[in-house]
Amino acid sequence: MSEMWTAKLRNKWQKNLPIEKLLPDDQPAYVSSWIYVFGVLTLAALAVIIASGVVLAFEGPAWYHVSDAGKFINSLHFWSVQLFFVFMVIHLWGKFWMAAWRGNRFATWMTGAVAFVASIATAFTGYLVQTNFDSQWISFEAKDGFNSMGIGAWFNVTNLGQMLLLHVAFLPLILGAITVVHVLMVRKRGVVPPIDAEPVSLGGRS
Amino acid sequence: MSANRELKHEFDAAPWQGKTKRYDIVKEGTIALAIVAALTLVLALFMGSPDETPLTFKGWATTNADNFYATAVQELAGSSGTATYGGPYNKNSDGLNVGPFWLQKWAGVTHPIDTVNDFVIAPLSTQLMSSEVSSAVSTWNAAPPTQQGAWATSYDEAITKVEGKLSDVPAGEYGPVPALAAGLTSMAKSGALDAALLSQGGFFQTDNTKQILFFGDGSYLDDAGTAANLQGGTWGMMNETGRYPGQAWLWLYSFWYQIPPFNNEESAPIGANADAYIMYLMGALSLGLILIPVIPGIKSLPMRIPIHRGIWSQYYKSEGIKRRKK
Amino acid sequence: MTGWFSSFMNHPATYLHTGWLQISISNLLVILLMLVVFSLAVLLPFPEEKK
Repeated sequence: MSEMWTAKLRNKWQKNLPIEKLLPDDQPAYVSSWIYVFGVLTLAALAVIIASGVVLAFEGPAWYHVSDAGKFINSLHFWSVQLFFVFMVIHLWGKFWMAAWRGNRFATWMTGAVAFVASIATAFTGYLVQTNFDSQWISFEAKDGFNSMGIGAWFNVTNLGQMLLLHVAFLPLILGAITVVHVLMVRKRGVVPPIDAEPVSLGGRS
Repeated sequence: MSANRELKHEFDAAPWQGKTKRYDIVKEGTIALAIVAALTLVLALFMGSPDETPLTFKGWATTNADNFYATAVQELAGSSGTATYGGPYNKNSDGLNVGPFWLQKWAGVTHPIDTVNDFVIAPLSTQLMSSEVSSAVSTWNAAPPTQQGAWATSYDEAITKVEGKLSDVPAGEYGPVPALAAGLTSMAKSGALDAALLSQGGFFQTDNTKQILFFGDGSYLDDAGTAANLQGGTWGMMNETGRYPGQAWLWLYSFWYQIPPFNNEESAPIGANADAYIMYLMGALSLGLILIPVIPGIKSLPMRIPIHRGIWSQYYKSEGIKRRKK
Repeated sequence: MTGWFSSFMNHPATYLHTGWLQISISNLLVILLMLVVFSLAVLLPFPEEKK
């Protein structure tokens, strides 16, 4: 009898990502360093970016120039982006020096690096839709790089409407999806063991 | 892979069988959110955020009328940056290339701009024109393209010869070009050009391409960029207006523009096509970042420079784990 | 109180130059802060679980 698709999906999911792995209440003993908080700090910063961004979206791209509340929300959005990149890069440095791709964690590293690049792209469209002098300057300068690759024939940085829709709708969805996959990979594979930890067969203690 | 490396790899990949400790993932997430929200709040309250008023054609024509006028003449003569740009705006240049790859040209003209009509004649024609401007437009439109080109080019060259000092331009065969440029300058000073350029094509507009490109053809936007230290050749890509932190994460993209051969537009083929070469370079380096786990020399750095001994110092100490031999 | 420093922040930045290297004080501070935070994160002891 051929198995139902639903049953196959459910079984695969339960095998790879049971709820105990998604919401664990223990961790390997080696997860005891402050470097480990930078992943969750990055996620927290992303949450503040999205929350402040949603408020900005409700009021439109020119609101913050003419409203004190708007200016404040814009400042929240600006600083949460700064914090996001600071935490993300420190997280990246930590993961590099831990060689965190070991033990079949290549996809975890890759999704993380792709998320980094996607974040830069998302931030870039954000800078373009500030509707102030900086946006004028950045769009005028940036067009040359994209035009030189032929991408500018479609991705028009001087088109506020296009950049705004990409920034508010398309790119956050992409970045969100990559982030979700990255976090699920971490939950699935677990935190990488220390570089010097060895199996008993090689003289280690574990 | 050697037998030891194989065993270590399996060990790293397997579910952890050793000591564990209690850990509250939901609590950690909540605390992180609270900390970041608080930090953001404090920074926003005390520091605000950058927001410099956008430039306008009115500002340009008011503070530097001569430069605006000279740029208008360049648009008519087809010698401006936009007019000679190439794809995706027009076919007046092949654009940039890297070796046999002419991607800019191959992508075609998808955002056509005719600087003569889009930047000068059409905006003027949206106005209730003075008799001088009206007759200048009629004269221009009635003349064949070769005559138009001759008038505009000789005036453009005359202005260039006196380095933009309009009062020193000698009399010559310029046709209606001086009147057109003067008309457009008045229109810019009144603020009408800002709106006219944006609304070309319809009532609802969200595309600022024509305005940005016209701006960039003169010195007003460029001077403002220099004043704010945003020029590409001085690490401007990393900078923000005012004293706000900029985009430090763009350091490597910005770096290439500072060094030869990329920083010299005259140097062919790389300097003259720097934007394209650097795009390829950054694409390759980004791919390199993603593929670090398979790049020999780089993937072994964490093992050779043991910063991990600091990260896992408590675990190594409690388990008596010494540095591993390969 | 709000925007206390923001009038300070809305002035042209100061830049450090040496040769073709140039960086704003703000960016330099951010980068130095990141290096310090990373070093501290690696070196500072993490609270042990009370048995």
